[in-house]
Amino acid sequence: MQTLLGAKRMVDAGHTEVRHTPLHGVHKGMGARLVPFAGWEMPVQYSGILAEHRAVRGQVGLFDVSHMGEFLVEGAGAEAFLQRLTSNDVSNLAVGQAQYTVACTETGGIVDDLLIYKRAGDRYLVCVNAGRLDADWDWFSGHHSADDQCSLVNASDDYAQLAIQGPRALDVVQRMTTENLSEVPTYRFVEGVAGGLPCIIARTGYTGEDGFELFVDASGAEALWDAVMEAGQPDGILPIGLGARDTLRLEMKYCLYGNDITMETTPLEARLGWITKLDKGNFIGRDALVKQKEEGIPRGLVGFVLKDRGIARHGYRVLVDGEPSGVVTSGAMSPSLGTAIGLCYLPRGRTRAGNSFEVEIRGRLVPAEVVKTPFFKRAGN
Amino acid sequence: MASIPQDLKYSEDHEWVLVDGGVATIGITHHAQDQLGDVVYLGDFPDTGSSIEQGDPVGVVESVKATSDIYAPISGSILEINADLIESPELVNSDPYGEGWIVRMKIQYTDELADLLTHEAYEELLD
Repeated sequence: MQTLLGAKRMVDAGHTEVRHTPLHGVHKGMGARLVPFAGWEMPVQYSGILAEHRAVRGQVGLFDVSHMGEFLVEGAGAEAFLQRLTSNDVSNLAVGQAQYTVACTETGGIVDDLLIYKRAGDRYLVCVNAGRLDADWDWFSGHHSADDQCSLVNASDDYAQLAIQGPRALDVVQRMTTENLSEVPTYRFVEGVAGGLPCIIARTGYTGEDGFELFVDASGAEALWDAVMEAGQPDGILPIGLGARDTLRLEMKYCLYGNDITMETTPLEARLGWITKLDKGNFIGRDALVKQKEEGIPRGLVGFVLKDRGIARHGYRVLVDGEPSGVVTSGAMSPSLGTAIGLCYLPRGRTRAGNSFEVEIRGRLVPAEVVKTPFFKRAGN
Repeated sequence: MASIPQDLKYSEDHEWVLVDGGVATIGITHHAQDQLGDVVYLGDFPDTGSSIEQGDPVGVVESVKATSDIYAPISGSILEINADLIESPELVNSDPYGEGWIVRMKIQYTDELADLLTHEAYEELLD
């Protein structure tokens, strides 16, 4: 049992000052197991990762994702600024719509994956990953000047964010608001009152289930948390930690920054071509991405299952035709499927479903097979 | 804290050992399974009959988030691996001192048993 505590330390090498969300006391009071994550102390589990995973797939769960960052971009030049900084086409957004996108470096590497919320013709909220908050702020502010005719504000400390996810999420959040949420489709949002507090109520999430993400002033975080737990009680709502958040997103092949996408991977390699609009006009990284597309994308991020016993973990070696070919970027035992699943980059020509390769697990070569993703499909989809 | 059975010996690596004549049954403690969280896989066991020295790995236990080696608390030969854990790894969580036992070994040197902790000493280790 010697690596028991090592795993926790591994997660957070390099961060010294530990940050807390406004709900830290609530988590402690609920008996959550708190671990360091991207410079924050966050709940990894409350009742247990498997039970929490199943609650979200079967009923509904509540996540504190207040560690994520929020940038506000406002002014006449806001759209043009975001068009230049991100790969997706911001001009396609309607007011009240959210968009998944990435910010790239000049060489096409991914600075971060983001959600952009269009709140008005000239007002946007950009939601960024906790672990990338400082890097993103340096990147955005470093590319921002008075010529952009928009303001750029890091409002991360002002916002708390709660995610309510699962097949019962609509019913739960509907009990908290007079907004008609059945008229808010996926990737749309309204600004209204939920649980008595002004919120952005967005039909977005990171689990593959129906659900909402609520942005609220940090001072209201605890009141909103309590309101969600009360509204969700009839549906057996459970608080969900980062452990289940990771298995839920992996079953959908949603990328985790730092694992599956980094400064060293391009969105084309990560199979994020659908949010990489090379025809929209210039943006940072476009030239490199156009060139990569013309020359042939050298590798692609695939989902795989193991064909023998074992679990492929992040960092384990991948071998193609016996030759080292990168590492597993994410891997876990899928709670929904009961099989070991993972993501990795494979060379061009080897990325189709059915292709075989091997993962080295503690010196043992375990056969793996590329499969279609998402790994998990909701009933009826 | 769940009670620590008094009839078992313990290792500093949070394994328990039940000595019955010349046979040792080995598992991980309640504390160990609690720290790991939901166990979803056990494997990398040596073959039955193979000789193991004290401190050698005798398997791996994996939870959703962590991977931990299991080290032989004593020397001996492998008599049996708990085959139920292949299909039901969660037994390690639900019944760590019972149905969640992991490996049975034939004890080679009885004097090695003195290296193990009493239940009082293990309780002290956890404090």
